[in-house]
Amino acid sequence: MSTQSYYVPDQSRWPILASMALFLMAFGAGNMINALSAGDGGGVGLVMLLAGALGMGMILVGWFGNVIKESHSGLYSQQMDRSFRWGMSWFIFSEIMFFAAFFGTLFYVRNLAVPWLGGEGDKGVSNMLWQEFSSQWPLLSTPDPQLYPGPQAVIDPWHIPLLNTILLISSSFTVTLAHKALKLGGRSRVVFWLAATILLGVIFLYFQAYEYAEAYNELGLTLHSGIYGATFFILTGFHGLHVTMGTVMLIIIWLRVLKGHFSEEKHFAFEAVSWYWHFVDVVWVGLFLFVYIL
Amino acid sequence: MFKAKLSCTGLLLLAGNVAADWEVNLTRGVTEISREIYDLHMIIFWICVVIGLAVFGVMLWSVIHHRKSRGAKAHNFHENLFVEITWTVIPFVILIAMAVPATATLIKMYDNTEAELDIQITGYQWKWRYQYIGKEIDFFSSLSTPRDQINNEAVKGEHYLLEVDNPLVIPAGKKVRFLLTANDVIHSWWVPELAVKKDAIPGFINEAWTVVDKPGVYRGQCAELCGKDHGFMPIVVEVKPEAEFDAWLAEVKQAEQEKTAQAEKSWSLADLMVVGEEVYNKACLACHQANGEGIPGVFPGLKNSPIALGDQSAHIDIVLNGKQGTAMQAFRDQFSAVELAAVITYERNAWGNKTGDIVSPAQISELKEPAQ
Amino acid sequence: MNTSVAATHHHGPASGIGRWLFTTNHKDIGTLYLWFSFIMFLTGGCMALLIRAELFQPGLQLVQPDFFNQMTTMHGLIMVFGAVMPAFVGLANWMVPMMVGAPDMALPRMNNWSFWILPFAFSMMLLTLFMEGGAPNFGWTFYAPLSTTYAPPSVTYFIFAVHMMGISSIMGAINIIATILNLRAPGMTMMKLPLFVWTWLITAFLLIAVMPVLAGVVTMMLMDIHFGTSFFDAAGGGDPVLFQHVFWFFGHPEVYIMILPAFGIVSEIIPTFARKRLFGYASMVYATASIALLSFIVWAHHMFTVGLPLAGELFFMFATMLIAIPTGVKVFNWVATMFRGSMTFETPMLFALAFVVLFTIGGFSGLMLAIAPVDFQYHDTYFVVAHFHYVLVPGAVFAIMAAAYYWLPKWCGRYYNETMGKVHFWCSFIGVNITFFPMHFIGLAGMPRRIPDYALQFADFNAIATVGAFIFGFSQLIFLYNVISCIRKGKPADDRVWEGSHGLEWTLPSPAPYHSFSEPPQVK
Ligand code: HEA
Ligand code: HEA
Ligand code: HEC
Ligand code: CUA
Ligand SMILES: [Cu+2]
Repeated sequence: MSTQSYYVPDQSRWPILASMALFLMAFGAGNMINALSAGDGGGVGLVMLLAGALGMGMILVGWFGNVIKESHSGLYSQQMDRSFRWGMSWFIFSEIMFFAAFFGTLFYVRNLAVPWLGGEGDKGVSNMLWQEFSSQWPLLSTPDPQLYPGPQAVIDPWHIPLLNTILLISSSFTVTLAHKALKLGGRSRVVFWLAATILLGVIFLYFQAYEYAEAYNELGLTLHSGIYGATFFILTGFHGLHVTMGTVMLIIIWLRVLKGHFSEEKHFAFEAVSWYWHFVDVVWVGLFLFVYIL
Repeated sequence: MFKAKLSCTGLLLLAGNVAADWEVNLTRGVTEISREIYDLHMIIFWICVVIGLAVFGVMLWSVIHHRKSRGAKAHNFHENLFVEITWTVIPFVILIAMAVPATATLIKMYDNTEAELDIQITGYQWKWRYQYIGKEIDFFSSLSTPRDQINNEAVKGEHYLLEVDNPLVIPAGKKVRFLLTANDVIHSWWVPELAVKKDAIPGFINEAWTVVDKPGVYRGQCAELCGKDHGFMPIVVEVKPEAEFDAWLAEVKQAEQEKTAQAEKSWSLADLMVVGEEVYNKACLACHQANGEGIPGVFPGLKNSPIALGDQSAHIDIVLNGKQGTAMQAFRDQFSAVELAAVITYERNAWGNKTGDIVSPAQISELKEPAQ
Repeated sequence: MNTSVAATHHHGPASGIGRWLFTTNHKDIGTLYLWFSFIMFLTGGCMALLIRAELFQPGLQLVQPDFFNQMTTMHGLIMVFGAVMPAFVGLANWMVPMMVGAPDMALPRMNNWSFWILPFAFSMMLLTLFMEGGAPNFGWTFYAPLSTTYAPPSVTYFIFAVHMMGISSIMGAINIIATILNLRAPGMTMMKLPLFVWTWLITAFLLIAVMPVLAGVVTMMLMDIHFGTSFFDAAGGGDPVLFQHVFWFFGHPEVYIMILPAFGIVSEIIPTFARKRLFGYASMVYATASIALLSFIVWAHHMFTVGLPLAGELFFMFATMLIAIPTGVKVFNWVATMFRGSMTFETPMLFALAFVVLFTIGGFSGLMLAIAPVDFQYHDTYFVVAHFHYVLVPGAVFAIMAAAYYWLPKWCGRYYNETMGKVHFWCSFIGVNITFFPMHFIGLAGMPRRIPDYALQFADFNAIATVGAFIFGFSQLIFLYNVISCIRKGKPADDRVWEGSHGLEWTLPSPAPYHSFSEPPQVK
C-alpha cells in the first residue's frame, strides 16, 4: 500500500465551530430540562439549544460540503476511502454497544430484578417490602402502583409491530437493490429504489408515532408506567431516532444521486448510509423479538 | 481566633492519639468468619510478598549488575518459549491455590439458614433503623458525638464519630440474620470485627448473618457514599449474654409504653420548645441547618418557609409522611408523638418564625394511630 | 476553509492562534491534548490537595461535608477523563503516525474536533461548581439513586458533559484505529508494530466498546431524573444495582484504558535503555489482548457487597483473578528485558522502572481485592483508594511522565535538563509512596473512603499521607519548569536522541518535521 498521495486537509474552521455548537446544544438542553423540571419555563435554554442545533446543522452541511468537493476534485485515494470505511464500521460498532446497554438493561430487569421483587430467586426476600406484588412480564402492575401506575395492556406484536418489521426488512432489500443498480450504472433505478427505501422508512416512522400515541392514550403505557414502559420506550425510542437519522441521510444521498454525484466505483457515502440502514434494521429485528414478542 | 482553634485541635489530636491504638493490619475480628477472612488475607498477602520479592529481586540484580557503567554488554536473547510458558502456568497454579479456600469461605458466608433472630436493618440519610422481627422492637440509631467535637471546639472523645444514641443489641452465641434495606439511597452496613459488610439497597433486601461468641461492643460505619453525612453514620453493636439480652428486651418495651403515656398529658409551649430543639438538632439539623436556613438548591430553609408559617396540617403532613422522591423522609415512625409535636412546634417558633402555634402531642397521636 | 483544494499539504504550521484552533496536524493536536491534560492534572491535583488538607486532622477544618464530596467527585472525574485519558490520546496523536510511518492521522479534521470538544465539556463540568446546589457530589461512580433522585440540579449538566466526553473519546479512538489499520508504511506488518501502537490499538477498541455504554447509563439517569422512568427505582420494577452493572461494564474496561497505553510506553522505554530487544514481543501482544478481553467479564468485582447471588460472586472472582496471569507475563517480560542488558538510568528509564515496581504493588493489592470474601472487609475503604492510586499515579501518571521525557527531545528538538529530571523523579517517587502507602494501613484498620472526618485511630497515617501529597504535588512544578525551559533553551538534540533507541520515529529529524512521512518509509 502506498501512502504517497494520502490527502491531509488544510486547516479547517469546522471542528471548532462544531465544538461550540455542541456546547451550546448541551448547555441549552441542560438548562431547559432543569427549568422544565423545576416548573419554570425553559426559555433561555431552549433558545440556546435551538441556536446550537441550527449552527450544528449548518456546520455539518458546510463540513460535508467540503468533503464532497475534495472527493470530486480527486483528492481522495483508495487508501483514504479505506479510512472512511474503517471509520464508519467502528462508528456502527459503537452504536451497537449503545443499544447493547439498553438490551442488557431489559434482560436484567426481566430475568433478575422483577422476579426478585416478586419473591422469586436468590433475592426473593425482597418481596417482604412489596407484599402485594408478584412477578410477571409484561409488567402490568408495578411494585408500587401509586407511584408508577402500570399499563392496562401492552402492544400486540402481530399488528403494527409486525407490519413495521415487514416495512423495515423490505427497505433493507430496496436499499440493496439501489446499491446494485448504482454499481451497474442504472441511475434511474437507483433513484427509484432509494426513493422506495425512504418511503418505507417514513411509513415506518408514521406507524411508530401512531403506536406511541395509542400507547399513551389508550393503553396507559408510558415512560411513567414502570420498568416495562421505561425499557419499551428507551429501546424503541432510540431506535426510532436512529431511523429518523437514517432517513435524513438517505434523503441527502438521494438528492446527491439526483445531482449525479456517485460513480459506479466510488460511492462511499452511499455505502455508508446503506450500512447504517442495515444496522438500524438489524436492531429492529432484535427489538421485535425481545421487546414485542417475547 | 482561627489560630487558637488550630492549636487547640493540635492538642486534642495528641490527646486522642494516646488513647487510640496504632493499627496497620486487618482486624481479626470476633467471629469464625472474620477469622477465616483474616487468615485468607494473610495468606494472599504473603504470597504476594514472596512473588514481589522474587520479581523485584531479579530486577534489582539486573539493575545493579547489568548496568552500562559497569561495562555490561547487552545480550541478544528475546524469546524463550519454555520460560514464557512456565511463568504463565505457575501463577495459574498459585491462583487456584488461593481460589479454593476463598470459595469455601464465601459459600459459608452465603449460608443464611437457621437464624435464631431476624433483624431488619434499614438505612436512612443518615441513621439506621433496627426492627427486631417478631419482637415488636423498632428504633433508630444515629450519631451521638456532639457537634462541637466535630467542629474542634471541644476535646474529642475516645469513640469520636463511632458512638450512637441507641446501639444495636444482639445476643451472644446465637445466629442473627440481618435483612438489609434502605429508605432513600444506598448505604452499606459494616462492622469490621464481625466481618459483615452488606449494601442496603432501597427496594430490595440483602441478607447477612453473624454469630458472636464474645460479648462486647463492636463499632463500624456506613461504607457506601450516601450523601452529605455519609461520614457521620456510625454503627455500634452491643453483644450481650442471653440473660442480659432478654432483660434489655423487656426494658425497651417498658420505655416504649412510657413514651405513649407521655402523649396524653398536656404540654406547654416552652416545654415543647425544649424537647423540639433537641429533636431538631438530632434529626433535622443535618439538612435544614442549625439556623433553619437549609442549603440553597439542596435542602430548603424552614425559616420563613411558607409551610412552617402557614397551615399546620401541611407542616404536620410533610414531617410525618415526608415527601416521596426527595430527601425529606417520613418521620412518623422515627419519633414518639411528643417528639414530633415538639419538633413541629419548634420549627414554627424558632429563628423568628413567630407563629405562637402549639402542636399538641395528642393531635399527632391521633394521626399516627388513626382511631380504628 | 479549504476552498482551493490544491494540494497544500507540504507546508509548515500556520501562524497565530488560528494554528491551534483550526489545525488538522497530528502533532499540533497532540500538543493541545498534552497541555490540556496537564492543566486538568493540576486542577484535579489541587482538589486532591484540598481533600488531603481536610483529612490532615480529624474534625472538620477547611470545608463542609457536602463540598468535600464535590471535591472527591470532581477530583476523580477530572483525573480520569481530563488528565489521564487525554494525555494518552495526545501521546497517540504525536507518536502513532510517526511510529507506523504515516503522513498524519487518518481523519485529520475529525481529530481536531475530538480535541476541541474536551475544553468545552470540562468547562461545563467545572461550571457546575458555581451552580445552586453545587457540583456533582455523588462520587465519580455516581451510583443511583444518590445521583438521580437525590442529586443536585447540576447533575443534568454533568450528564451532558459526560456525553460530550464520550463523543470525543469515540471519535478519537476511531481515528487511531483507522490510522493503525490503514496507514502503516509498506512492510510494517501487524507483528512489527511497536508495542505502544499495539496497546493503543487495543485501547481504542476498548474505548469504542464501552464509551457508548457509559452514554447509555447516563441517558437512563437523565430519563429517571426528568422523564419519570424507573430504571433505578424498585417501586417501578427497576433496580439501583442495575445502574452499577451498566456503569461497571464501562468502568472496569475504563481502568484498563488507563493502563494499557502505559504498558505500551514502558515496553518502548525499557528496551531502549537496556539496549536490548524487548523480551517476548508476541506474548506481550497476546497478553494485552487477553487483558482487554477479560476486562469485559470482571465488572462485578466492584460490586461484591451489593448482594450478588453466590454463583455470580464466584464467577466474577475467578475471572478477575485470571487477569493476574497476562499482567504477570508483561511484568516478567520487562524484567527479562532488563536481565543481561546494558542499562543506563536517564529520567524516562527511572520513571519506567518505578512504574514496574509500583504498578506491580498496585496489582497485588488488586488481586487481594479480587478475593470476594476478603473484599467484604476491604471494599469502600482506603485500601481500595491505595490500590487504585498505586496503579494510576505511579502507574498511569508515571508512564505519561516517562513518555514525556522520552519523546520530548523528538518533539521539540532539544534536551530537557537531566539533573532536574532526576530531581523531579526522586521527589515524585518519594512523595507518591509517602502519600499512598499509608493508605493501605488506614484502609485495613477500617477507614471508609469518601468521608471528610474520621475516628481518632486513623489520625497519624492520614497526617503522613497529607504531607506526602503536598510533596508529590509541588514536585510537579519541577516538571513544568523543566519542560518549559527545554522548549525554550534546551540544548539541541540529535535525531537518534537515545543511544539505544530504535523504531521509525527516531529516523526523523529532531524536532520532527511538521509533516512526518510525506514519502512512506520502507520497513524491512
Ligand atoms: C489503571 C487502573 C487499574 C488497574 C490496572 C487495576 C488493576 C486491577 N484491579 Fe483495580 N481498580 C481501579 C483501577 C485499576 N485496577 C480503580 C480506579 C478502582 C476503584 C474504582 C472505584 O471504586 O472508585 C479499582 C478497584 C478494584 C476492585 C474493587 C475493590 C472494591 O471496591 O472493593 C478490585 C476487586 O477485584 C480490583 C482488582 C484489580 C485487579 C485484580 C487488577 C489486576 O489487573 C492487577 C494485575 C496485576 C498483578 C497481579 C501484578 C503483576 C502480576 C504478577 C507479578 C504475576 C504473578 C502474580 C500473582 C499470581 C499474584 N480493582
Ligand atoms: C488518574 C487518576 C488519579 C490521580 C492522578 C490521582 C491523584 C491523587 N489523588 Fe486521587 N482519586 C482518583 C483518581 C486519581 N487521583 C479517583 C478515581 C478517586 C475516587 C473518587 C471517588 O471516590 O469518587 C480518587 C480519590 C482520592 C482520594 C479519596 C477521597 C475520598 O475518598 O474522599 C484521595 C485522598 O487522599 C486522593 C488523593 C490524591 C492525591 C493526593 C493525588 C496526587 O497524586 C495529585 C498530585 C497532583 C497535584 C497536587 C497537582 C500538582 C500541582 C500543584 C500542586 C501546583 C499548582 C500549580 C499551578 C496551578 C500552576 N484521591
Ligand atoms: C436527609 C435530609 C433531611 C432531613 C434529615 C430532614 N429534612 Fe426536611 N426536607 C428535606 C428536603 C430535601 C425537603 C424539600 C422537599 C421538597 O422538595 O419539597 C424538606 C422539606 C421540609 C419541610 C417543608 C419545607 C418547605 O418549605 O417546603 C419541612 C417543614 C421539613 N422538611 C421539616 C423537617 C423536620 C421537622 C425534620 C426532622 C425531624 C427534617 N425536615 C429532616 C430534607 C431533610
Ligand atoms: Cu449511609 Cu454512607
Ligand atoms: Cu475493576
